[in-house]
Amino acid sequence: MSMNRREFLQVLAVAAAGGMTLHSDIARAEAAAAKMYDLPRFGNVSLLHMTDCHAQLLPIYFREPNVNLGVGGMFGQAPHVVGEGFLKHFGIKPGSAEAHAFTYLNFVDASRTYGKVGGFAHLSTLVKNMKASRPGALLLDGGDTWQGSGTALWTNAQDMVDACKLLGVDVMTLHWESTYGAERVKEIEEKDFAGKIDIVAQNVKTTDFEDPVFKPYVIKVINGIPVAIIGQAFPYTPIANPRWQTPNWSFGIQEQSMQDAVNAARAEGAQVVVVLSHNGMDVDLKMASRVTGIDAIFGGHTHDGMPAPTVVQNPGGKTLVTNAGSNGKFLGVMDFDVRNGKVADFRYKLLPVFANLLPADKEMADFISKVRAPFIEKLSEKLAVSEGMLYRRGNFNGSWDQLIVDALIAEKDAEIAFSPGFRWGTSLLPGDTITMEHLLDQTAITYPWTTLTNMSGEMIKTILEDVADNLFNADPYYQQGGDMVRVGGLQYSCDPTAGMGKRIDNMMLKGKRIEPGKTYKVAGWAPVSEEAKDAGPAVWDVVANYLRAQKVISQRPLNLPTLKGMDDNPGVSV
Amino acid sequence: MNHQRRDTLKASGSLGVLGLLAAAGLIKPELAQAAWNKGAFEAHKMDEALAAIGAGKPADSTDIQITAPDIAENGAVVPVGVVSNIPNTESIAIMIEKNPAMLAATFEIPAGTIADVQTRVKMGQTSDVYAVVKADGKFYTTKKEVKVTLGGCGG
Repeated sequence: MSMNRREFLQVLAVAAAGGMTLHSDIARAEAAAAKMYDLPRFGNVSLLHMTDCHAQLLPIYFREPNVNLGVGGMFGQAPHVVGEGFLKHFGIKPGSAEAHAFTYLNFVDASRTYGKVGGFAHLSTLVKNMKASRPGALLLDGGDTWQGSGTALWTNAQDMVDACKLLGVDVMTLHWESTYGAERVKEIEEKDFAGKIDIVAQNVKTTDFEDPVFKPYVIKVINGIPVAIIGQAFPYTPIANPRWQTPNWSFGIQEQSMQDAVNAARAEGAQVVVVLSHNGMDVDLKMASRVTGIDAIFGGHTHDGMPAPTVVQNPGGKTLVTNAGSNGKFLGVMDFDVRNGKVADFRYKLLPVFANLLPADKEMADFISKVRAPFIEKLSEKLAVSEGMLYRRGNFNGSWDQLIVDALIAEKDAEIAFSPGFRWGTSLLPGDTITMEHLLDQTAITYPWTTLTNMSGEMIKTILEDVADNLFNADPYYQQGGDMVRVGGLQYSCDPTAGMGKRIDNMMLKGKRIEPGKTYKVAGWAPVSEEAKDAGPAVWDVVANYLRAQKVISQRPLNLPTLKGMDDNPGVSV
Repeated sequence: MNHQRRDTLKASGSLGVLGLLAAAGLIKPELAQAAWNKGAFEAHKMDEALAAIGAGKPADSTDIQITAPDIAENGAVVPVGVVSNIPNTESIAIMIEKNPAMLAATFEIPAGTIADVQTRVKMGQTSDVYAVVKADGKFYTTKKEVKVTLGGCGG
């Protein structure tokens, strides 16, 4: 499909009139769609950026967090602002479509008004239009693309690999992709992607001789201008995910190696140097302040939908740092005006992908139907009805995770349950039926085993402290970018600004203090150690059993820690 | 990846690391068997270990760079490299503060050699890693924290 701008706007208007539930006034819907996606071209080099879609081929709901704390130097800085503070920070009108896309505010009602977001067929229409209006534009994919759905897991990532080729991805980097194993990643790179999609990652090297595993960067000529795209894979893949899946690959931040890659790309003639990063935004901001010669870092991992880039000063000049959210909800559009061999000016917009405002691309829609067909029966099994809203994203807990830890405690006969602080996972509205597909959206990983462990009180404290330090260490290079482990059964208090080993206190179980020497039965899932392979049944089977028995899931209070010293933090809103 | 190089090295793997370094001409063979400073390698406190290598209280220096991961991927084999830009560097020691025996390695640097060394160390917990450089008879140091975590729960 190739449309000029006028045709595109006409199609939008028709789609908008048909899809918008409250904007029945056609003129108003047309205006809304036209305004949202009518983005005049600027400059001569354009890069489109998507990241962390987590294999969501169909439109979904995704609630942004109301807790995204920044500590130390990150206090009150983007991305650590939520709710009304977020709107104020970025100058977004309350109650607008953008306010709904970027914040959790009024989530349920606004979701019913504006409908679902993302979906590859709708994203494809937007990508095609942006590529048509911006000759030479490339589509960059920041990774976390092959994981997050039942079909991605069951096809060994093949559905997403083929969808990305159809979508027109040009360059990508990695994180969860690696959990399919090193051999599978290399197979896709060498066979499926050959001549079509480049995988770049300057910070992935062999553990023995530190040989590069992927190209550190590629140089693409856009309208006669050489543009270098350097890859930065998630630095802590073998720590946050099982190391046995990529035993011979070493990752890490590798600042000096990044500087060397920038210098090499410039020496090769690149007039624009960008980094396609899966560092997470805080790490990107620090890296931008220390490595010179990067025009922009297109970031992901932390799922922060940032309407505007942060401009970071460094000894060599300025670097723009963006983050493009998650779940296919946004497409970043960066236009550079390159003059006299360097970037003279830019325009950036993070476009929300409203499925009702963007007609589905037929070719992509047909592909998605075809790839889902063999699994439809399994995916559409109705497990229970949820009376409340279900979501995951937030520093400490979400209602989906509350449901998972409740299910683990009940099904595994445990006193305490842990669920990893993943930031992916879609949302459901009150009254929605929870299908197997929705459950897999929260759990579909290649190491889904459940565990039941006798743990001392001391060990429980060690685990909570360890994860809290990965989230709240004052130095971003020591953060891993996930959220706090979700906890069922156990209450605690947390002081994010305290040092390592001193953040967690007042651990209580059923009104009694946790004793360091006493043993507790703790359930969990997603173990990273090789010894824990096949430890117990897959988490989706365990939770599905619970849901089938419950039938109706009542709205339940979240088990949240008592926070200390966070009263004035703009990263929390209740 | 250079498979040929890997195969060649596999075939010669029985030489061991020091043998390989010697084979590659990086250090002279006799250095691989240099005198064993037993006291230093058995020290359990930083000042004891420093004393055992004759360092006393080394001065902080910004001319030494430690290359090590911010968070270790595998505490059992943490790659640590040290580059000293201090003229006439004679030796480099690597110490892990929280290890039971903190001196992990000492390298003698022959005159005229670029002071750039690498090794792998074992770390049981998060710790500062120190590089102690001897140059012109004086001692200098710098440090970097390497975190050792339980893993899991990411992203």
